[in-house]
Amino acid sequence: MKQRDPELLLQHAPFLREGKTTPSVMVDVLIALVPATLAGLWYFGIGAFLVVMASILGAVLTEVAFISKQHRGESLLDGSGLLTGLLLGLTLPPALPMWMAFIGGAVAIGLGKVIWGGLGNNLFNPALVGRAFLLATFPIAMTTWTTADESFWTFRASNFDIPFTYTEIDGVTAATPLGLLKFDQEVTPLSDLFMGTTAGSIGETSGLLLILGGVYLFFRRDLDWRIPVSILVTVLIFSGILGLFDAERFPAPLFSVFSGGLLLGTIYMATDPVTSPTTPLGTWIFGIGVGLLVILIRVFGGMPEGVMYSILLMNAATPLIDRFTQPRVFGHLRGDRD
Amino acid sequence: MIESENQDYNELIKGIWRDNPVFVQVLGMCPMLAVTNSAINAIAMGMATLFVLVGSSFLVATFKKWIPKQIRISCFIIIIATFVTVADYTLLALIPTVHKELGAFIPLIVANCMILGRQEAFASKNTVRLAVMDALGMSAGFVFALFTLGAVREILGSGSLFGVDLFGGAFEPWIIMILPPGGFLTLGLILFFFNWVTHRREIFLERVAEAERSGS
Repeated sequence: MKQRDPELLLQHAPFLREGKTTPSVMVDVLIALVPATLAGLWYFGIGAFLVVMASILGAVLTEVAFISKQHRGESLLDGSGLLTGLLLGLTLPPALPMWMAFIGGAVAIGLGKVIWGGLGNNLFNPALVGRAFLLATFPIAMTTWTTADESFWTFRASNFDIPFTYTEIDGVTAATPLGLLKFDQEVTPLSDLFMGTTAGSIGETSGLLLILGGVYLFFRRDLDWRIPVSILVTVLIFSGILGLFDAERFPAPLFSVFSGGLLLGTIYMATDPVTSPTTPLGTWIFGIGVGLLVILIRVFGGMPEGVMYSILLMNAATPLIDRFTQPRVFGHLRGDRD
Repeated sequence: MIESENQDYNELIKGIWRDNPVFVQVLGMCPMLAVTNSAINAIAMGMATLFVLVGSSFLVATFKKWIPKQIRISCFIIIIATFVTVADYTLLALIPTVHKELGAFIPLIVANCMILGRQEAFASKNTVRLAVMDALGMSAGFVFALFTLGAVREILGSGSLFGVDLFGGAFEPWIIMILPPGGFLTLGLILFFFNWVTHRREIFLERVAEAERSGS
């Protein structure tokens, strides 16, 4: 028997709604990523496109495989698997073999999301879990960077490696601006960093387009502005202080902000609402922590880049931060725990 | 006669799948994670454990009437430690390279909770014959688990099995697999698979039972 639509709607609070749902937020983030993605693809050519596609495919197929039939449609349509795959793809080097990108996508969703109980329950940002796994598993392939090719349609042989094999890259390899600074003491001009004409991951090269996407997200109210602002301000201040001691040795503040994956990580990954603190004070602590760790790893660590590990470390600290920054409940005394 | 043979068989077979010490009881995790970065290390550790478990189960079951209840744990440990010392020196004499790789984990067999667990839960309450059967089954399950983990990690982490190259030169090793995180990840995935199979089997058996009920 068909059920009739009720004529009287009975609802409980809340009555005022934002009209914001998980899919709508995901679509906004995807839109915000379009300029930076297109710039990366245009700059690095067809190989970069294949890497991003393989990563998305790995993520989405893993989601299909793990999620039960009842929830499959809902979980796929919210677009979070697609977004994770895209974000992971943007952090990968353009000459990475496609099968590695595919495994990265699968690990990102498998270990980063579904094993925790699905969207909203994960402790770490899934895309960064995938990237951390790839970096620990294939360290050479993950740190082989290339510059742009002459034409969009130039194919890189290493993109087409058969699964489980890897050929050393044949084209021109190049160091990222951070690698140049750390190992060759060579400073890249700011304008190059701003426009994106440097070697690096597919999505991290153009500072301008990444900020553009961030501004869009801010006006759509999909992003907690405190996190990117606190990270960037911390990085500026901390590297400025270091510059006072020895301007030759330590990177300049603006260089620190625009080089490497800092903008990509700050705007799109650190602000992940699932893995960042919920209280205003907590988001400040989170952002300052990420900013300090980034500079510490970059300047004093063994690796040229530290954005990924900084965000993952602060992700791990998020439940603790949330716990200790709970605001006082109205009517309770200061220091009253329950 | 037939019944006792049946029981022997049951005690022998239960350790391999139904009560597998690693995959079901989750015991003996320390050697499981520490020495399984290659298949040969895993097998050597498994064999040493098999020797210690069978030997100590035999002795404990033999002397169970003379071991005072209050100090039984220390008695078990002394018996186990005796066999571990024998296994340690035997490995050192026969395959010194493997002994060097296993390092401190051979003496640490004493602390393997699976072995002590079998003495306490089984050997000290059953006949010598059943105790040996149980020990053989449990250690077979342990060797099976160690080998599974070691094989997966060696194939992915070095592209070889027992040191024999499987893929040729172009293979790109998964560095993480021979590092400690690889052990945790692989063990987690295998446990996941084991639980999934058990779960599916239960559902299947339930359905069969239901069909039989409605049929009769």
